[in-house]
Amino acid sequence: MEVSRFRADTREAVTDNMTTPYKFHGGVHPPANKAQSTRTAIAQMPLPAKLVIPFHQHVGNTAKPLVVAGDHVLKGQLIGLPEDGISSAIHASTSGTITEIGMQVVAHASGLPDLCATLVPDGKDEWIQREGINFRTSLNADVRQVLRLAGVVGLGGGVFPSDMKLRVGKHKVKTLVINGAECEPYITCDDMLMRERAGEIVKGAEIMRWALEADRILIGIEDNKPEAIASMQLAAAASNDDIRVVAVPTIYPGGGAKQLIRVLTGIEVAAGVRSTDKGVQCFNVATAQSIYRAVAFGEPLVSRIVTVTGNVQRAQNLEVLIGTPVSDVVAYAGALPDTDSYIMGGPMMGLPLPNAGVSIVKAANCIIAASPKLFPPAPPAMPCIRCTRCAEVCPAELQPQDLYWFAKSKEFGKAQEYNLFDCIECGACSYVCPSSIPLVQYYRFAKSEIWAREADKTSSDAARERFEFRESRIEREKQEKAEKLAAKEKAAAEAKLQAAKLAAEQAAASPDATMPAISTPAVAPPANDAQAKIQAAIEHAKLQAAAVKPKNTEQLTPQQLAEIADIELRRARIQELAGTDVETKE
Amino acid sequence: MRKHSHPISAFFSPFISKSDSVSAIMLKVILALIPGIALYVWYFGPAILVSITLASITALATEAAMLKLRNRPIAPFLKDNSALLTAWLLALSIPPLAPWWLIVVGTAFCIAVAKHLYGGLGNNPFNPAMIGYAVLIVSFPVQMTQWISPQGMGGFELSFMQQLQYIFSGILPDGIKLDAITMATPLDTLKTQLHLAHPVSEILTQPIFGQLAGHGSEMVAGGFMIGGLYLLATRIISWHLPVAYLGTLFAIAGIFHLVDPAHYVEPLFHWFSGAAMLGAFFILTDPISSPTTHKGKLIFAAGAGLITYLIRVYGAFPDGMAFSTLLMNICVPLIDAYTQPKVFGKKEKQA
Repeated sequence: MEVSRFRADTREAVTDNMTTPYKFHGGVHPPANKAQSTRTAIAQMPLPAKLVIPFHQHVGNTAKPLVVAGDHVLKGQLIGLPEDGISSAIHASTSGTITEIGMQVVAHASGLPDLCATLVPDGKDEWIQREGINFRTSLNADVRQVLRLAGVVGLGGGVFPSDMKLRVGKHKVKTLVINGAECEPYITCDDMLMRERAGEIVKGAEIMRWALEADRILIGIEDNKPEAIASMQLAAAASNDDIRVVAVPTIYPGGGAKQLIRVLTGIEVAAGVRSTDKGVQCFNVATAQSIYRAVAFGEPLVSRIVTVTGNVQRAQNLEVLIGTPVSDVVAYAGALPDTDSYIMGGPMMGLPLPNAGVSIVKAANCIIAASPKLFPPAPPAMPCIRCTRCAEVCPAELQPQDLYWFAKSKEFGKAQEYNLFDCIECGACSYVCPSSIPLVQYYRFAKSEIWAREADKTSSDAARERFEFRESRIEREKQEKAEKLAAKEKAAAEAKLQAAKLAAEQAAASPDATMPAISTPAVAPPANDAQAKIQAAIEHAKLQAAAVKPKNTEQLTPQQLAEIADIELRRARIQELAGTDVETKE
Repeated sequence: MRKHSHPISAFFSPFISKSDSVSAIMLKVILALIPGIALYVWYFGPAILVSITLASITALATEAAMLKLRNRPIAPFLKDNSALLTAWLLALSIPPLAPWWLIVVGTAFCIAVAKHLYGGLGNNPFNPAMIGYAVLIVSFPVQMTQWISPQGMGGFELSFMQQLQYIFSGILPDGIKLDAITMATPLDTLKTQLHLAHPVSEILTQPIFGQLAGHGSEMVAGGFMIGGLYLLATRIISWHLPVAYLGTLFAIAGIFHLVDPAHYVEPLFHWFSGAAMLGAFFILTDPISSPTTHKGKLIFAAGAGLITYLIRVYGAFPDGMAFSTLLMNICVPLIDAYTQPKVFGKKEKQA
């Protein structure tokens, strides 16, 4: 175990020759603004008066509510069961009473409501019965089930369910990368966690290495966090695993999974490729710590470390219960009077919150109180002068000036051809653009348009298939009917023939019988039988009408509604954006 | 919340940006021209400052008029300094003693036609200053070839007032002929003398030539190189364009010179005469009309270097900077399309 340290410019390992130092293309150096929130140790945020816990805090399906209003719950009690497929569990963050299950505004770009549980704490903060497992004597599937039910998801902001990432696939995972780079300005929650709880992170990493059957663990930390590096180094030294703490150059977006993997291993994971296919898996440090707490103590994810910073009196890191209103958190840090909005995440990729009433979710690594002074609005966009500063800083090695051109002129096919979907939306291009063009917004717009068009195409394809199927079925039924009719007529004719024969025979047998077998049932069906047939035909027609009517437009889930609204909002934004552009202001 | 005071569209990530602007970049490029201009004044007198002033006023007026006609906001675009830069580059490309209307017509054409008719800033496929130069040299070849003699080299020295009088009214002091104050340029002299079958070594002994190229003009070229190095150091321009341009010019001139030194001057002569230095650092580097990819920049500038040399040696014009730039401008979309670099993770064939 040792620390390797290298500089981006020289590509030379200074103290360690065990890791080949690589770098990624581009990147920027925005002012870090990390010092203000690292002056004090992580503090426990006091119990709020009310918690609002969304059932959809992770990538994948919304958890299914297990409680109803009026239920008393304990801290850590399962209140949302993971649905099938990609999903995760949701827990009560403290003990108290569920007062409502309903739609509330959540921390999402759309500003739309989502299903949440409102929990009024009883003040006892009473835990459920918890029990850890010994992972070394368990099966991989058992450990993953523990994590799934503990609601452990990626805490770096990706919130992808961790259990899914620990499946052993067909490719051998050689290297487990633990991401402690934390490249976004302002955010220091991972830094403080590494300083204070390095041991738990390393133990979490050991569990992951075991689950993935990986050979080694590389912990990447940006070299602007010497305290975290020292602390992690100490913890890693106590481990029996092959763990190395590597100081990586401080450059944004060096903490992006693809960028960190590249810097630590030299492996480039292209868009649309799983890192495990290349023998690497990557987890955030806070995720590692949560995995340890879940496995060793049976402790579900009910809180996280949140950096509260920006326009506040006491910027700091707080351990906050999931569901705590953002307003409580910023009030605790002392938001200054000119604060006019809040950002969840960092200033490069963060999300402007719809209001301060939304609650802290698992993805909330940082809350920045913003003021017009701290984040002045960008000047009106000027035309692109093709200076290619954006291309010079793009970590995906794209040509952002071309993508902008294609997005603006709605040449989406061209944009895709120029690798639009390789864009990680890090914002480095917008950051350096001398024309102040909101480039990332244009890329998001182009992506959502392409998704919308693909969805349209899929649904129109489905409609066409449905139509063609119906046509062919009607044709087939017609044919079948005709065949049946023909068979019936044939049978009737034969019966008639038979009857006539019989009558002839009977007549031959008893010549004085005058009107013999006219009312043979096969020849003249009774009237009530015909009515039943008409009734059946009407029923059939009704059924057919029901089958043809599209089913997918009325019963949309709140999630689908939110997605649609989100896309609509993005479109509206871009249209507005086009209005603020100097060039198009007519 | 902010969305009440600002439209929500104005508040999205990234919330921070580098304090760089188009106007600041253009201003730095303009400032980088100053060493060359100072040496110009030192060796050729202050007439060039008159051209620059005339060009600047015309450019701003034309820019404002065109923006008004096109219904675009005037202030932000006038402040972007791009029209000013075009004006300065054109003024530095034409003879300083040319009549006032020449620079006015040329500048107005650059801004109105070469820039705004193509869609304004960011949309012009051709370098506007070079379009202006090309239009002038084709339309007014006589006025465009009356180059002022370096100070101390001509038959007569005009005072600044006499220069002003000549520029604005075309009247020279009594008894002074135009020949006394103007002179063929070094590239022109070389070309004519070579036609007269004089060897290079003999031609270069004429007093018009200095250490490397033309007396005085070689120093001005040096001044532009210094400004260009400042632009490189501040990363306003990338090295690809000047290096590929000067490298190609040097290489091809070097080959010709090695093969036949009596007919072909040495490469440094080409570097320091005509508009080569100005072109390498200030004209080819116009981002709007040059390629965006690294490889594309190399191809573009190398092509321009080759064409410059061919025009200088075999063409009808003494210098080839403007036409080589414009010819390569035509190829930019093609060059960009064929030089797209591979993106992250897709550089080598995945096994």
